[in-house]
Amino acid sequence: MVGSGAGGPRSLPREEFPAFFEALRAEGYSIVGPTVRDGAIVYDRLEGVDDLPIGWTDRQEAGRYRLERRGDRALFGYSVGPFTWKKFLFPARERLFTISRDGPSFSVAPEPTDPTRFALLGMRACELAGLDVTDRVFQGGPVVDPGYSARRSRILRVAVQCGQAGGTCFCVSMGTGPGVRDGADLVLTEILEPGPHRFLFEARTGAGTSVLARLKTAVAPVADERTAGEIVARTASSMGRALETEGVRDLLRETLSHPRWDDVARRCLSCTNCTMVCPTCFCSTQEEVPDLTGATVERWRRWDSCFNLGFTELHGTAVRKSGLSRYRQWLTHKLGTWHDQFGTSGCIGCGRCITWCPVGIDLTAEIAALRVPPVSVTKEAPR
Amino acid sequence: MPAVRRPRLAVWKFASCDGCQLSVLDLEDELLALADRIEIANFREASSAVVDGPYDLSLVEGSVTTAEDAKRIREVRAQSRVLVTIGACATSGGIQALRNFADVEEYRRAVYARPEYIETLATSSGIAEHVPVDLELRGCPISKAQLLEAVSAFLGQRAPNLPNDSVCIECKRRGNVCVVVAHGTPCLGPVTQAGCGAICPAFHRGCYGCFGPQGSPNIPSFLAHARDLGLSAPEIRRVFRTFNANAPAFRVASESAAAEPEAR
Ligand code: SF4
Ligand code: SF4
Repeated sequence: MVGSGAGGPRSLPREEFPAFFEALRAEGYSIVGPTVRDGAIVYDRLEGVDDLPIGWTDRQEAGRYRLERRGDRALFGYSVGPFTWKKFLFPARERLFTISRDGPSFSVAPEPTDPTRFALLGMRACELAGLDVTDRVFQGGPVVDPGYSARRSRILRVAVQCGQAGGTCFCVSMGTGPGVRDGADLVLTEILEPGPHRFLFEARTGAGTSVLARLKTAVAPVADERTAGEIVARTASSMGRALETEGVRDLLRETLSHPRWDDVARRCLSCTNCTMVCPTCFCSTQEEVPDLTGATVERWRRWDSCFNLGFTELHGTAVRKSGLSRYRQWLTHKLGTWHDQFGTSGCIGCGRCITWCPVGIDLTAEIAALRVPPVSVTKEAPR
Repeated sequence: MPAVRRPRLAVWKFASCDGCQLSVLDLEDELLALADRIEIANFREASSAVVDGPYDLSLVEGSVTTAEDAKRIREVRAQSRVLVTIGACATSGGIQALRNFADVEEYRRAVYARPEYIETLATSSGIAEHVPVDLELRGCPISKAQLLEAVSAFLGQRAPNLPNDSVCIECKRRGNVCVVVAHGTPCLGPVTQAGCGAICPAFHRGCYGCFGPQGSPNIPSFLAHARDLGLSAPEIRRVFRTFNANAPAFRVASESAAAEPEAR
């Protein structure tokens, strides 16, 4: 029978999953999603189901990530990897406009926007929360970022509820997952057992409903809805990490001189990896790239990081010279002043900054340590 | 009306392998546009026709390893309005600065049949240890893009855009999977300055540190991290004793690794 998609969850057998790719294409989407490359699960263009990380999973710890084989043929049996969907909305490098000399004057040619409509296949609950955060940053205020919002308006958000938690996940603490609440166009749950390998589909928006309408789905049995709930509950109970968020804003305001900052600064390499892998870090720099003849100049924007000495420069001198001040700036912004600026935490609990820090610095452990009052009574001035 | 005089460029060689000068020649596509705006007045690797100085822009390759070179670099400086060093040799002394950690006399006797013909200084040093330098381009060899940026900044009379960030940021922008975290491969990326475009990690190799120390390297933490990855003290010493062995932060790294007991 041909399902309309509307009116409750639908069921699609694993063998029919290629038809989902076709339906997405028929709706005009280019599909990007998880695939195995260079020993990790990355987000890239997908041609078909075979590009998915079938039967792969990952083992994550602070500073360590390894791919492993699963005992089954799950399509989405992994946790989040080193890259984020951010790169499809806020690319690592982007030309903003080109200025050309025009006699005594000059002209400015804006960069044409790429009309590609991406279906982001496999978004996790925390990543939907991350999208909400970057929406607030790039288009929530009086100034809207044109490139971001143009790309943002064209995506389809295909979420997959997590069937397992990674070793550094803590979405439960941040209230962002693992169950998908809102922000998705389509929500999938992969059911591996009992019974045949299958997917539970739920359309949450008109765009999601249109895709679903192209698929031959069946009304999902009530038991499958229950199974989906159990999968999410099991994931929720196996979080790799926890972060006590109660009062964390005040904590960060009041502990600027805590000796723990010295301790973490001794370990931090100022390498920027944490900020590069974070789905919500949005810092960038802009540079002018002139051609050698001096006839044209291009304005480029590229990812930058608060851990870079150069990023803290104000009229030629770095204002956060110590590694301590840069790490503290990052963490106090992410978990504290972000609330004042954007009305939400900057952290969605994905654990990437923990896994991809070469020296395994773990913000959940840093916060826990800051909660312990310092033993020494000497009061240091903030640096 | 007489044509505006194009600024004069000179390229100089000291102790080096010529690789950075080759990077200048490798600008093929850009050389024509460049020659329109700048007079290549003295570049012996490219042409034996030499226009006498003074020069507006001097690119200096190589390190100072002889008393004669120490004198010659002063002459170069005297004839140059802007002096830019190109590459690891000119910036930190290069691979030949390994002599700074050893007894040159011993090397001379071991390597040469007639050591009495060899006149050399006890150390190999970067150009800035001898004369004021206006700008240093890192790398072994330098990056074409950074060279063009330096020249176009000179022509445009603006500050060049040469970030002293770590290699990690280039890796992530390029979309490389981290070789340290995902494969356990030791990599100097976190302490090394960007500029190469993260070439080695793109081919699953750790960074070799060609661009020298980044703007704020944390050497003690990196040494502990390298030990956690299973590197022994002699191995750590070796990774820091390459093209930038004499750069201050890398020198500290190899010396503190050397000071450690072998077994831990
Ligand atoms: S701060 Fe860390 S855990 Fe939080 S969203 Fe960013 S990468 Fe994920
Ligand atoms: S916290 Fe870790 S990943 Fe972030 S800059 Fe420091 S060492 Fe690099």
